[in-house]
Amino acid sequence: MFGKLSWAAVPLHEPIPMITSVVVVLILLGVIGWVVAKGHWRYIWDEWITSVDHKRIGIMYILLGVVMLIRGFADAIMMRTQQAAAIGESTGYLPPEHYNQIFSAHGTIMIFFGAMPLVIGLMNYVMPLQLGVRDVAFPTLNSVGFWLTAAGALLVNVSLFVGEFARTGWLPYPPLSETTYTPGVGVDYYLWAVQISGIGTLMTGVNLVTTVLKMRAPGMSYLRMPMFCWTTLASNLLIVAVFPILTATLAMLTLDRYFGFHFFTNEAGGNQMMFVNLIWAWGHPEVYILVLPAFGIFSEIFSTFSGKPLFGYRSMVAATLFIVVVSCMVWLHHFFTMGAGPAVNTFFGIASSVIAVGTGVKIYNWIFTMYGGRVRFEVPMLWSMGFLVTFVIGGMTGVLLAIPPADFVTHNSMFLVAHFHNVIIGGVVFAVFAALEYWFPKAFGFRLHPGWGKAAFWFAFVGFWVTFTPLYVLGLQGMTRRLQHINYPEWAPMLYVSVAGVAILVVGVVCQVIQLLVSIRDRDKLRDVTGDPWDGRSMEWATPSPPPMFNFAVIPNVEGEEAYWGIKTRAIETQRLGPEPVYKPIHMPLNSPVGVITAFFASVTGFALIWHIWWLVILGLVCAFAGFVWFAWRDIHEFEIPAEEVARIDRARRAARRAILERVAREQGKPA
Amino acid sequence: MSDIVPASVEAVRRVREDPHRLGHRGHGEGAPVMGAGHGETGPANSRIIVGYGFWIFLLSDIVMFSAFFAAYAVLMNATAGGPTGRELFELPRVAIETGCLLLSSFVCGLSFAASVAKNRLWTQIFLLITGLLGATFLYLEIDEFIGFAAQGATPQRSAFLSAFFSLVGLHGAHVFVGLLWLGTMMAQVQAKGFSRMVQHRLLCFNLFWHALDIIWVALFTVVYLMGAAT
Repeated sequence: MFGKLSWAAVPLHEPIPMITSVVVVLILLGVIGWVVAKGHWRYIWDEWITSVDHKRIGIMYILLGVVMLIRGFADAIMMRTQQAAAIGESTGYLPPEHYNQIFSAHGTIMIFFGAMPLVIGLMNYVMPLQLGVRDVAFPTLNSVGFWLTAAGALLVNVSLFVGEFARTGWLPYPPLSETTYTPGVGVDYYLWAVQISGIGTLMTGVNLVTTVLKMRAPGMSYLRMPMFCWTTLASNLLIVAVFPILTATLAMLTLDRYFGFHFFTNEAGGNQMMFVNLIWAWGHPEVYILVLPAFGIFSEIFSTFSGKPLFGYRSMVAATLFIVVVSCMVWLHHFFTMGAGPAVNTFFGIASSVIAVGTGVKIYNWIFTMYGGRVRFEVPMLWSMGFLVTFVIGGMTGVLLAIPPADFVTHNSMFLVAHFHNVIIGGVVFAVFAALEYWFPKAFGFRLHPGWGKAAFWFAFVGFWVTFTPLYVLGLQGMTRRLQHINYPEWAPMLYVSVAGVAILVVGVVCQVIQLLVSIRDRDKLRDVTGDPWDGRSMEWATPSPPPMFNFAVIPNVEGEEAYWGIKTRAIETQRLGPEPVYKPIHMPLNSPVGVITAFFASVTGFALIWHIWWLVILGLVCAFAGFVWFAWRDIHEFEIPAEEVARIDRARRAARRAILERVAREQGKPA
Repeated sequence: MSDIVPASVEAVRRVREDPHRLGHRGHGEGAPVMGAGHGETGPANSRIIVGYGFWIFLLSDIVMFSAFFAAYAVLMNATAGGPTGRELFELPRVAIETGCLLLSSFVCGLSFAASVAKNRLWTQIFLLITGLLGATFLYLEIDEFIGFAAQGATPQRSAFLSAFFSLVGLHGAHVFVGLLWLGTMMAQVQAKGFSRMVQHRLLCFNLFWHALDIIWVALFTVVYLMGAAT
């Protein structure tokens, strides 16, 4: 009846997962109880869960990413403390089978359910605003994509309470991940969680590519798009190009595990290195899927806070597209030690080093953007400058690893661990934090408290370096990754320093939580009434904060690069806004529960597949098809916002803009 | 605040033009096409957006097939002492399968022409023929699989057979999903006529069905023709 599922699957004898489970369940029940008791359920269902508004979906993506980022960070704290505790005679507090689950969960969560939702959420929120349009190409599909990602995240978290997670690392290399060596459900949890969320990501990729290529405001030709839109396009093109490879690879491993196929087994001609090749043909472009939008974020921030257009815009576009192409030609550098021979290794070594050229172009462009500008050291700018330093060093250790003979020494060592944390934290995480500071006033109508933000930055920046510099040293001393127990007492000092760094990082995280709470308390003082709190340059700052559902009352006509900057400078010059447009009714897509329903059936089917509950699998699939047909039968997909309502909202925006003009005029000593 | 002027104000004071006027040229020759989604004319119309987006999805689907093709290429000689492609494949059967699928694609095109003309009867007739040909293809494929299994050539026998069954079976699964979709579309055409949404879906279905043909041509060549030859 319930397949492999029984009460034995609940880890009652292990205190850490059980206590965590109880706490999480209590928090969840508390939140749900509060929502129901306060009567907010209707609001949350109508305005968020079934919303197809790209802004709402973007915010939900970011919430999911933040929650999972904290979960992944908790795993990281456990790993660092275990390694510091389990030296010599001591065994630490985590048994090997638990420790192995933690490092696997940490990587899986941070990449698939932390970084990806954060980056996709930002693209979702900002890109249509920057392009001057009202939504993405397929709003309902956008909702489906988000909820499928959430379903995957749910399965990963369920594995903590029911059964176990994979012990095979964040990429389940066979033959270890085959049923012969890992008979439990851990790898199955991994496979279905990643598969479901991967399909969601692919849908988002298709959606956002179509949006950038086919839905831009009039006059927004390619070379007038803000840099963030370019990197969004690049990142989503990569999603479309490589996520299917992930889907295929995981499907092959699934066939091996469920039906005894021989893609990657030891027996009957299976080929393990084919898995490694396929997974990294997805996996290396994946890091660029994450970091290219980060580059876009930094481009926006450097330009805004230097008060200058982005230096070398066209070379930036070229460098971005160069990285897109070359990122698909370097995957073998993850396993130079496979023994493909000097010719193959040389090719991939050179290709990997060449990527640094494209990135170098970008670094210089950012530096020259600051050069000669009047730089304002606001919190987003601090994260961006911290990124410049951190990422350059991380990039240089990457070039070291790209040299095959050097890689033979450092392969799978702590040096590698330090390197990729250096680029992913320094690149992606810093970018996300910068972006959250930068676009928070746009989304919520008030700024975040700058003092706590600066504190958070400095703790995170210092904490990062104190944590990971010792890992570089340990790697060069020969320490391999994923050790549950340390035999060499000489490594102890560096491991202790690293734990101290984690403590500093914890303080940084606490600062960010306080920053959010303080900012909500002081929201009236931090209010952004203008819609343009940073003296911005691209179209999202032309909308009020927060933007109305339809973004733009009238689709703007773009007449140059830096579209909003042109409009703004003309208004300041002439001391008046453009003439009031003729307002027309706006048609917006209706809310749809199809996303959350699809995700519900996907979660049920995934859970049933993990535990081999076959009747439930069939039931889930049949219900999903029925839901699909039911949705396809709807006739009304849009509703109308009347012209008077549009006019009322837009006149309020224009009044706020006039107030800016008057203030500027007073400051310049001219009559308004 | 008074001594610090926003940079936007300063820019106006300087009145500095970008000498190169980057991005002021449109792209492509000739006048901009309304509704095509080029920069000059604003967002494309919904038919173009739907078709374009579905094409992007199909490209990603083709990438997924390419991973299975790659796996097949790596494993095609890993027969582990089991039967080889040359021993198993019956080209006449596969030729009939190919004929069914190509013909169904042609008829599918006819159904699209009928739907553009808003002729419900002929649209339904052509869609039905498309579906029957697709079902015949699927029947022949499943029958082939059962025959292989009877000879002991199951996917569990060798890596070659794992890769073969997965690649061909994945295409077959797509045809099966296509048939489900086709049935739904016939019901929609009957119930709703040629509304804008139904026409968009028929467009996507056509693209899907033709893409399956493209993949089958590659599959027929790489798996069956090359497999039977070596």
